Amino acid sequence: MIKAENLSKRFGNQLVFENLNFQINDGDFISLVGPNGSGKTTLVKIIIGLEKSSSGTIKTSGQTIGYVPQFRNIDSDYPLSIEQFIRLNLKVTLNPEKRRQNNNLINTILQRTGLTEIKDRPLGLVSGGEKQKAYLAQALLNDPKTLILDESTASLDVEVKTQLMDLVQELNQKYHLTVIFITHDYDLTKKYTKRALLFKNKTIEPIDVQKVSKDMFEMEG
Amino acid sequence: MFGYEFMREAFIASTFIAITAGLVGVFVVSRNMSFLSHTLSEIGFAGASFGILIGISPLAGMILFTLISSIAVGSLSTESSRREASISAISSLFIGLGILFLSLSSESSSYATNILFGSIVGISAKEVHQLMILAIFVILIFIIFYKPLSFDSFDHIGAQAAGLKTRLLSITFLVTLALSVSIGAQIVGSLLVFVLLTLPAATAKYIVHSVPKMIIVSVGLSLIGVWLGLYLAFITNWPVTFFISTFEVIAYFLGLSYKNWRLNH
Repeated sequence: MIKAENLSKRFGNQLVFENLNFQINDGDFISLVGPNGSGKTTLVKIIIGLEKSSSGTIKTSGQTIGYVPQFRNIDSDYPLSIEQFIRLNLKVTLNPEKRRQNNNLINTILQRTGLTEIKDRPLGLVSGGEKQKAYLAQALLNDPKTLILDESTASLDVEVKTQLMDLVQELNQKYHLTVIFITHDYDLTKKYTKRALLFKNKTIEPIDVQKVSKDMFEMEG
Repeated sequence: MFGYEFMREAFIASTFIAITAGLVGVFVVSRNMSFLSHTLSEIGFAGASFGILIGISPLAGMILFTLISSIAVGSLSTESSRREASISAISSLFIGLGILFLSLSSESSSYATNILFGSIVGISAKEVHQLMILAIFVILIFIIFYKPLSFDSFDHIGAQAAGLKTRLLSITFLVTLALSVSIGAQIVGSLLVFVLLTLPAATAKYIVHSVPKMIIVSVGLSLIGVWLGLYLAFITNWPVTFFISTFEVIAYFLGLSYKNWRLNH
């Protein structure tokens, strides 16, 4: 469970948001929506501990959180293969038993994300959707209880978006993974999530996705 | 050729230089710091002439200057766009200083040529020992920080997201880069040490797809380059740096062609 109470954040005199109160339960699949610059990524950084809040509290009950950031610097000359890229997030070990466990873990995650067949291809040369799956797979390596996807579908075409979201939904349903999906995409929000948290006027309010019209969503998000 | 003591010393020194530069180069290339390594070489020149001017060894002067400037660059910014500008500013200052120090000191211009372009006859047994200790220190740092440094260098954003102390890693890396430049310049010269710090690793990037394999290929190409360079310099009496850079450039273009060939087949 992730619970925020009266959470506020300022950078100097600039108020990002104030008095956020919300709760995300284990196994939830929610979206976090709001205009650019409304503080979505700042909130995420506070949740994963990269930023401190200015006041208020956020409780994550000490769980491991996997974060898939919005941008990555992967150009077509990027040398590492998909598997080697995912392995960057492994802890170093010289213990043969641990190494064997690590190899099993990598194979399981490659399978779950559908990357086994292309694991040896250089990451710089695969499609946008496959890159996103590799980013997702890397974040899954620490066995997180919550996964935060920061605009992961933004630059993908419709079919690939659906594939990626089907995969995330499967992880949510099969493995009871809590998912926080940051997005501007109304159709995906409506199709995959029941609940959304909307950033509005420097605070956050829960909305029922099914009852919000597309116009309203786009105007506000 | 090993009948001559200076060739034995040069051979040992070059071997350590090649291993260090090949290893550090993999991270220079993956962190997109080729420009910085070039600039640090120029700053190393200023440091060496400062060393001569105040009567300490050129190596000590180089280490002093490259360390200060790499940490300055690291503290000024980790953002790449601002970093480029910071590097230009710092390097302009240091190259100017280097020329001033050299003109103020009483050393002949051939000494400056040695610092800039490298020389196989200029290195003494004592200097070889200093160089070996520094090289081993750099290699040890890389063994200790191998895993987090790989993550940060090959996926900086992912490393941040995973909560790694990326700023500390960046400073650690810059310190080892400064040391590598100072070590490498002893044989290859400060003007061309960046050849060994960038080209073998850039070539490796085109032909293999994991960090350990890149390190093996990069160190291998550096070693072949310096050994071949020493041998050819010995029999022709031409500058060693010419042979090293020619070999590394040819290897680089072969690597690039191999990558393009693989893409089309």
